[in-house]
Amino acid sequence: MVIRNLPKVGLLCAFLSACQTPTQPSLYQRLGGESGVAGIVDSFIYEINFSSSIFHYFEQTDFDRFRTIMIEHLCSVSDGPCEYSGDSMLESHQGLNISEADFNVTVDLLINAMNYQKVPLTIQNQLLNRLIPLRPQIIYQ
Amino acid sequence: MDARVKRIHRLPGYLLLSAIAGTAQAGSGKLQETAGVNQIEGSSGGGLVPWATLAGYDSREQWSASVFTTRVNFENYRLHVYGVNASINDRVELSFAQQTFELLDIPFGEHEISQQIVGVKARLYGDLVYSSWPQVSAGIHFKQLDEDVIASAAGAKDSNSGQDFYLAMAKAHLGLLAGYNVAWNATVRATKANQFGLLGYGGDLNDSYELMLEGSVAFFPRRELALGIEYRQKPNNLSFAKEEDAWDCFLAYIPNKHFNFTLSWVQMGSIAGSEDQQGLYASITGYLW
Repeated sequence: MVIRNLPKVGLLCAFLSACQTPTQPSLYQRLGGESGVAGIVDSFIYEINFSSSIFHYFEQTDFDRFRTIMIEHLCSVSDGPCEYSGDSMLESHQGLNISEADFNVTVDLLINAMNYQKVPLTIQNQLLNRLIPLRPQIIYQ
Repeated sequence: MDARVKRIHRLPGYLLLSAIAGTAQAGSGKLQETAGVNQIEGSSGGGLVPWATLAGYDSREQWSASVFTTRVNFENYRLHVYGVNASINDRVELSFAQQTFELLDIPFGEHEISQQIVGVKARLYGDLVYSSWPQVSAGIHFKQLDEDVIASAAGAKDSNSGQDFYLAMAKAHLGLLAGYNVAWNATVRATKANQFGLLGYGGDLNDSYELMLEGSVAFFPRRELALGIEYRQKPNNLSFAKEEDAWDCFLAYIPNKHFNFTLSWVQMGSIAGSEDQQGLYASITGYLW
């Protein structure tokens, strides 16, 4: 039954999407998709490694895993085709007691990374806007 | 001689404040542009309006301090302001501003009005960027005139000192307008001040506190540029000369967390009988730490 109906459902979907006005590319696509997001994360890791005020939080970090997880995270936050498989923001920052000042330094580093990757300002702002709600789960935990 | 010498004598006050604040951790923990610039009464804000923002880049564990100077050239007047501003733990802002208002074409008598403004502002709630509701702050401007001659000649009820009380709220919206950031501020002020207090406080038409609305909107076309407009309602207490609301369009250049520069076109309307006073406003702020 379900299987027999599948072609119809597929047809309906195709029909509906054809009727829609041309859809805006997702934020993920505007960030440059897979390679764009990977580039941002690579530059961000580079920035972290040069930051005297932030790096101590990452002394125990496995950067290969951090890279994979953060790419996934930015991808899912920006409506990309990814499922975030890492710990929650709360879990991954528990016990670090990250201050507001250090949090903001990290945001500055992310901005530096996006600047380095030549992400346009308007796209940067939209990504930052989606990350804002995470702050309470990150600082002073 | 007198006024100028007096002003220089006040300088050690700043230095002391600087020395005290120097013992705390430097303030760089806020996002660029979120400290605003220093407005003409010395508080963090735009050009005319005090915002809910605090003047430094300090976060909860930090202090910061800044010095600023502002000049506005009107057709018949010139305003110089300089001052200092400290922000403590992203909670309290203390400011001092020295205003000198020069009267250009007066054939006799006093040519200059000097006013000192001590400002206190406390952040009551929120964060300009991160809280879902706007950042809310409350503040007081304690205003003191050096000489009462001009204010009393103008008919001010009190020609020595006055206080303004204000409540401000502000919010930044990231990516709001085609991906660009937008910020706004709304302030309500209880005041009796005539022309910011330069013509004294209260008058023959009105001598009680009135609520005045002030508002600002800023658009950020680049990360280091803010383009905006401000409106400031003012009382009309003196029958000797009508007072009108002020507004301005500004462009603030905030290249980093160490200094900023603001250019603005200010329209003050009628000042002490001289109509249509408008002019260029230039202000520079340097952050000491």
